[in-house]
Amino acid sequence: MDLLRTRKYSKKNQYLISILLIALTAVLCFFSVDFIGYRAVALILLVVVSLNAILFDIFPVLLSALLSALIWNFFFIPPILTFHIGTPEDGLMFLMYFVIASINAVLTYKIREVERKERDEQEKAKAIKLYNTLLNSLSHELRTPISTIIGAIDTIKDNQTKLSENNRYELYSEIEIASNRLNRQVENLLSMSRLEAGFIQPKKDWCDLNELVFTTIKDNKDEANNHKIEFNPNENLPLFKLDSGLTEQILYNLIHNAIQHTPENSTIKIEVGNNETNCIIEISDNGKGFPQNEIDLVFDKFYRLNNTSTGGTGLGLSIVKGFTEAMRGKVRLENLPQGGAKFTIEIPCEFSINTDLENE
Amino acid sequence: MNKAEILIIDDEPQIRKLLQINLESNDYKVIQASTGKEGLILSANHPPDLILLDIGLPDKSGHEILKELREWFNNPIIILSVQDNETDIVSALDNGATDYLTKPFRTGELLARIRSAIRRSQNTENNSTIICGYIEIDLISRTVKRKGETVKLTSTEYNLLALFAKNEGKVLTHQFILKEIWGYSYQTETQYLRVFVGNLRKKLEENPNNPQHIITESGVGYRFE
Repeated sequence: MDLLRTRKYSKKNQYLISILLIALTAVLCFFSVDFIGYRAVALILLVVVSLNAILFDIFPVLLSALLSALIWNFFFIPPILTFHIGTPEDGLMFLMYFVIASINAVLTYKIREVERKERDEQEKAKAIKLYNTLLNSLSHELRTPISTIIGAIDTIKDNQTKLSENNRYELYSEIEIASNRLNRQVENLLSMSRLEAGFIQPKKDWCDLNELVFTTIKDNKDEANNHKIEFNPNENLPLFKLDSGLTEQILYNLIHNAIQHTPENSTIKIEVGNNETNCIIEISDNGKGFPQNEIDLVFDKFYRLNNTSTGGTGLGLSIVKGFTEAMRGKVRLENLPQGGAKFTIEIPCEFSINTDLENE
Repeated sequence: MNKAEILIIDDEPQIRKLLQINLESNDYKVIQASTGKEGLILSANHPPDLILLDIGLPDKSGHEILKELREWFNNPIIILSVQDNETDIVSALDNGATDYLTKPFRTGELLARIRSAIRRSQNTENNSTIICGYIEIDLISRTVKRKGETVKLTSTEYNLLALFAKNEGKVLTHQFILKEIWGYSYQTETQYLRVFVGNLRKKLEENPNNPQHIITESGVGYRFE
């Protein structure tokens, strides 16, 4: 059935090839007509028309049907080299030939239409499924904080006098946490849409990767109460020419992801360094690692691990991948033999050596 | 002392309301404008002590308002911008904005910025010593003390620190600092800046990895506090 899908020829080529095929067959038959008889030629031509029907659209096929009918009539049906048909038998043959060739074309066309519809429907179903996944995780991720905020505010408003100072404070804290969460999700969505639209143009400038890591650790501090984040700045690290904004978000998302998906009291370790051409960032943890069959999928948009209980839109890691690739870098994920997972980011970039300027 | 007057130019009524309540409860007088045009008229009729300007206004871009204001208005202008728009922020700072905040911002941060901007604009006396926490800078003898002890700085390091200290609380763009310290032709050589800031932090900060005085404003510049 796959043959029927062939639509890779342009309209012009379809006409050209179908005419050529008919003409070639006609010439071959013209020289062998003495052996095979002119009626067999009709069948041979019909085979070629059917072949065209397999390959091409309806109009080139109809054209080849018409053309071959005329050729058969003109060159093969006696008296040859006229359109005149000698016997009623040949007249009937000619008519039948034309009808069969046309039916051939129309049938192929119909089959194609059915197939196209089916394919469209499959694609639509796939899109709907993706859309639903997105909608489910998004609506959950956005609605939870919104409900928290609305609920907490209602409680505060309706119970002006009844609420204890302590409870009131707790409700305010809930509103704060929910707003921050909402803010982060919106940031992620915006980043994703920037990536999708191809708007990410890295603005490279010299940056101190040690400093960047410290900043992102600080930004993650509120969430990391039950985790240990380990980072020993690399004192020999040169400056790298990177987009600091993108790199910061890559670091942030990886650290945030590690905090969300490792058990309490896990250690998250960050290391920075470089080889001859790349700056290298490694973020590892001593959690449970990733299921082996899902490692290749975690960077996909909206992908969430099968038995994940913690929230998330499944955008964080795909943004990491997108931003890394926007800077022509690579991201790799592996499970560690001693347990836990390790993300490695390698980004090709220019270096500068600090000591050059030390004594200016 | 009279209450300081703040003009808010923002098209979002919710943001204006929030700012108004917040500022009024912190003893500022608040005037509001919902369009750039209205803001220009209000500030011309009665110049406020500080303007909070939303850079994304519907009628005229905040950048144009900023330029028009800066033709005659010398008091601080703090820009409110959405996140992820460093180019916008840098160009606003280069066009005379005093400071910036990205939405969503915390009101504590806003009040600190307002206080610091107003203080700087009203402080006209020229102090020869600048004291910032445990750091003491003597601009006449060009010496720096940290917790009472003299710190040895190279001449470039000193110049950089003095520039920061004279603009305490104000965000300085990379380009501005490079131009002031190294000159016009060095405006893109940010690696100099990174190295010297790193050195200054090592010599002055309690914990250079978590700086409290020389603060990085990601993608924009530095702020000395």
